[in-house]
Amino acid sequence: MQVKEALEVTNLSVHYPGRIALDNVTLGIKSSSVVAILGSNGSGKSTFVKACLGLAPIQSGKVSIFGTEFSHFKDRDRLGYVPQRIHDSMGIPATVSEVVESGRLSHGWLRRFTRDDREKISHAIEVVGLKDRENDSINTLSGGQYQRTLIARALASAPDLLFLDEPTAGVDLATQNVFAEALKHLVQGGTTVILVSHELGPLRPLIDRVIMFREGRVSFDGSPDAEAVDSHIFHDHPHSSSKPAEGWQI
Amino acid sequence: MTLFEFLEPAFMQRALLAALVVGLCAPLVGIFLVQRRLSLMGDGLGHIALTGVALGFLLQTNPVATAVIVASIGAIVVELIRAYGKTSGDVALAVLFYGGIAGGVLLIGLSSKKSNVNLLSYLFGSLTTVSRFDIALIVALALAIFVATMMLKKPLFALCHDSEFAQVSGIPVKLLSMLLAVMTAVTVTIAMRVVGLLLVSALMIIPVATAQQISKSFSGTRILSAAIGAFGAVSGVITSFYFDLAPGALIVVIVIFLFISSIGFSSYTRRRSLRLQVR
Repeated sequence: MQVKEALEVTNLSVHYPGRIALDNVTLGIKSSSVVAILGSNGSGKSTFVKACLGLAPIQSGKVSIFGTEFSHFKDRDRLGYVPQRIHDSMGIPATVSEVVESGRLSHGWLRRFTRDDREKISHAIEVVGLKDRENDSINTLSGGQYQRTLIARALASAPDLLFLDEPTAGVDLATQNVFAEALKHLVQGGTTVILVSHELGPLRPLIDRVIMFREGRVSFDGSPDAEAVDSHIFHDHPHSSSKPAEGWQI
Repeated sequence: MTLFEFLEPAFMQRALLAALVVGLCAPLVGIFLVQRRLSLMGDGLGHIALTGVALGFLLQTNPVATAVIVASIGAIVVELIRAYGKTSGDVALAVLFYGGIAGGVLLIGLSSKKSNVNLLSYLFGSLTTVSRFDIALIVALALAIFVATMMLKKPLFALCHDSEFAQVSGIPVKLLSMLLAVMTAVTVTIAMRVVGLLLVSALMIIPVATAQQISKSFSGTRILSAAIGAFGAVSGVITSFYFDLAPGALIVVIVIFLFISSIGFSSYTRRRSLRLQVR
């Protein structure tokens, strides 16, 4: 039996007023792989993720998830999404647990939570190391802890395909460590991971494939060990390191 | 004079029941508006509801019923403009809101009940003139809002906290946004008899702002804001009975007092907690 691609994108174009954000992109991503999408600011990498998830207006082209066109894809519990976000204090207080619970609504947004739901929510909070803060208001969290909360929210649905849009941008080393552990945990479980980032950094050992975007097009598609990847990182982010930082245990 | 003298007149029984259910329900909807940073949505829909009230006068039917219908249609239009409008959202909303007031004033002029007294009773509330039909409609609609906010509290929270994530999760964000707008319109119209169209947002927003000073969870803020809304509304009606004051304005003054007190309380507990940490 042929294994379906987790994500298949065909001739995908996204236009915003005055600029082309994605220009005729075609690519496929196999199930259970970990793919990093790199590129500088405005290269189209975040737009790519948003277009794949129906969050950006598609000009032309097609997105299929696990063999089903996105507009007909109903199994939303198989999808996870961690948006690009800095710490944004909410008007209304909410606990870590309440935010993470939202991640479980993809399994049915009108039904009552079961014991299994509660266990998955609790486990997701534990995986990101926030068990001791699950009843604290997110308004009291640091930026890194808030980002961990959003990662736990995505993990709560136990997704088969997880999109992460710059999950470790501007967060502390502790959060990056926790994130790496959480990602490793997911990869071992067979989850397909699509990770948007400026750099590979300490996640490099987990990455199977790198796709680089430049001006809305795929400029590189290959191994994370390729020279082009390092030259991109050093060219666009001269202060970043492509080697794991001290203390990383992946 | 007995302690519960205020319960004796039939109009006070109706007024208290209306105040209780409206005070409970207004913050239950308002919490989602605050979370979505749409705190003044209720105010705007109040403007549109005025056209509905005037239409009721013109058609010689119950103004609360026509206000519910007109405000709900207005809420749907507002939501469509927000979702699909190419005009700047706030400009389009301003046109609609001021159009609501203008329409209301014009329709009142065309009706046989041209008296400003009628208009003022809806602008500033007039609990003592709540009829049996009004009270039945207010309680039925408040019950519907209560049940809807209970059933939808988790998806509405997800929508208001992060609408993109909610959309990816398969939550029908457009439908829920529309429903929230309609619930806001209904709350505005049932609350207009209690506090009036000009003060209606206060009962939706201030109890929420008060509760969020004290509570650290969403569910805690929700329950506490409903309790504060109910307390403010009922105590305002009772106080107005004894001092012959306008109940709508008194209710708003009471919830503002509670809000200011909550800021003091929150500041005190924060300082105390810091002192304990230093020790």
